[in-house]
Amino acid sequence: MRFSGSADYVSTEDLTLAVNAAITLQRPLLVKGEPGTGKTMLAVQVAKALGVPLLEWHIKSTTKAQQGLYEYDAVSRLRDSQLGDQRVHDIHNYIVKGMLWQAFSRDEPCVLLIDEVDKADIEFPNDLLRELDRMEFYVYETRELVQAKQRPIVFITSNNEKELPDAFLRRCFFHYIRFPDKETMEKIVAVHFPKLKKALLREAMEVFFEVREVPGLKKKPSTSELLDWLKLLLAEDISPEALRSNDRKTIIPPLHGALLKNEQDVHLFERLVFMTRAKGG
Amino acid sequence: MLIDFFLKLKSHKLPVSIKEYLTLLEAMGKGLIGPSVDEFYYLSRIALVKDEANFDKFDRAFSEFWQGVETIPGIEAQVPLEWLLKQVELTLSEEEKKQIQALGGWDKLMETLKQRLEEQKGRHQGGSKWIGTGGTSPFGAYGYNPEGIRIGQDKGRNRSAVKVWDQREYQNLDDSVELGTRNIKVALRRLRRFARDGAPEEFDLDTTINQTARKAYLDIHMRPERHNTVKVLMLMDIGGTMDDHVKLAEELFSAAKTEFKHLEFFYFHNCLYDFVWKDNRRRHAERTRTWDLLHKYGHDYKVIFVGDATMSPYEILQPGGSIEYFNEEPGAVWVKRVAEVYSKCVWLNPEPEEIWGYRQSIQVMKELMNGRMYPTTLAGLERAMRVLSK
Ligand SMILES: Nc1ncnc2c1ncn2[C@@H]1O[C@H](COP(=O)(O)OP(=O)(O)OP(=O)(O)O)[C@@H](O)[C@H]1O
Ligand SMILES: [Mg+2]
Repeated sequence: MRFSGSADYVSTEDLTLAVNAAITLQRPLLVKGEPGTGKTMLAVQVAKALGVPLLEWHIKSTTKAQQGLYEYDAVSRLRDSQLGDQRVHDIHNYIVKGMLWQAFSRDEPCVLLIDEVDKADIEFPNDLLRELDRMEFYVYETRELVQAKQRPIVFITSNNEKELPDAFLRRCFFHYIRFPDKETMEKIVAVHFPKLKKALLREAMEVFFEVREVPGLKKKPSTSELLDWLKLLLAEDISPEALRSNDRKTIIPPLHGALLKNEQDVHLFERLVFMTRAKGG
Repeated sequence: MLIDFFLKLKSHKLPVSIKEYLTLLEAMGKGLIGPSVDEFYYLSRIALVKDEANFDKFDRAFSEFWQGVETIPGIEAQVPLEWLLKQVELTLSEEEKKQIQALGGWDKLMETLKQRLEEQKGRHQGGSKWIGTGGTSPFGAYGYNPEGIRIGQDKGRNRSAVKVWDQREYQNLDDSVELGTRNIKVALRRLRRFARDGAPEEFDLDTTINQTARKAYLDIHMRPERHNTVKVLMLMDIGGTMDDHVKLAEELFSAAKTEFKHLEFFYFHNCLYDFVWKDNRRRHAERTRTWDLLHKYGHDYKVIFVGDATMSPYEILQPGGSIEYFNEEPGAVWVKRVAEVYSKCVWLNPEPEEIWGYRQSIQVMKELMNGRMYPTTLAGLERAMRVLSK
């Protein structure tokens, strides 16, 4: 199995290599990068390109490693025992399989996405070391050892909210998705808007990268904001010229919600637009 | 010779491990890359560097190692695996050997690696150009020709004049310059661990039901609460030479934000007086009275000052000493108040500890803090965290 990019996802040379390293050596690939740089989308697209199923495990601050393996539903069992249900005698009825178990029990390889691992408790990655290394775990309640029939291709994303333990990192390959340069960004846009007019693209990209340059932004707009914004520009039928227009009103509304999500940032940006206009007009 | 590369990375203080190095060897054995330095650059980074903050360091080490490398003239050398492994063994430090022992011993490790490589050879005849006797190997080539046969690459391929690693694109991600990424991370990890300590117990429903079902009588179980309990108030000197340090400290603590129950930042200039503010751009418009701060944030908050404490002692000791406005009470009174209200209170000073003795204001401030001033080095931070968590 080899990944070589996909029609819906622009993969750079180094990213493609990282994915293939993970596939070939059967080690998890940890992907970091600014928000909206396609970390989550990567796993989706790799699964699609390889034609294998995708299992997604989205991590929250309350997620525990054990939930990825299995959960023992003690409450249902207690209820059943009150109701005199016969199921109560077989503990298997109360073992709920987690994402890892589901991935391990597949006959064919699959892609397992562990999304936003940094959201969880700091112990979370440590609790999964053995499971990800050996691809097996023990179910104490039923005294069985679950082993992966096929090692899944594991993608782990992180937004850097917490650092990850060294022992965990040593077991992964690591790729940092750099914010796309203009050329790559144009390719990404082309994937999403194949019919976008060149002139509009050029102006929009110019504004977009200028906005990113504004010093002191709380949240720089990223790929997803650019895409949202373009969608709005198209929907409102904004002309390329309008992006340079002297009339502030024609610029600000579509930008407001889509590119900058924070009021302070909008304010900063308005000043920039004003300056650009003064310069260009 | 690949081991030399590994050691080069180590000498640049990159936290690379033997395990990762072996992974890289394995990856090369699987024919993942062709004989191109560019691809080798990416693959080695993927396998060895796990933090983008270290990318720039890696780039520098890589550049230093491959100085002027363009192509290998005639990649013909054949390298027996045994020889290769021998090389690896010869260049290991005592510490690394110990590490290997802990991993199950050198022989076992090498056995596995060898086995993998053998399998590899069987499956991909002539596929790999990197390891083993069938192909060619950059390290082999290097080993056989000490004055420097280099890795080659497709001559036909278009490539820019500047190599990726020479572009230093990750420079701005390297936050190790002042505070030391690894260092402060370790210290923060410590702070986080303390965040967990002493948490009250909570009712464990699952275990209780489980045990009750088993024993047929009510068997209550408790477990330590998972919530983080640490609350941190950071008071930072802003608007002078300290801005970079302060920003770094702020960012680093922000990175650990989710580990704290509460984390609040306030700024002051040079010394703490009767006002602090949250947004430096609006420092004159939106100020918080320091009294309010003391009332609002309970005494269970841990307070961390960040600043160089470098000013005229007058600014600390005299009413009206502030260079910005007339303060009724001297800064010293305010610092003392904070230190009294919050029993867990430290001052982090980015200035090197050696010079503290020569600056009167630092001495004064340290005294006001009851000696709890620490440099922003690993050791200093650890001491500070220890004091905070006691
Ligand atoms: N390389 C790319 N090729 C095609 N589309 C991309 C690429 N990178 C980002 N996108 C688009 O940008 C949007 C955001 O991507 P995604 O949700 O995967 O980002 P993310 O890095 O996971 O963000 P977050 O950190 O917020 O979770 C998606 O709509 C995706 O289609
Ligand atoms: Mg995502």
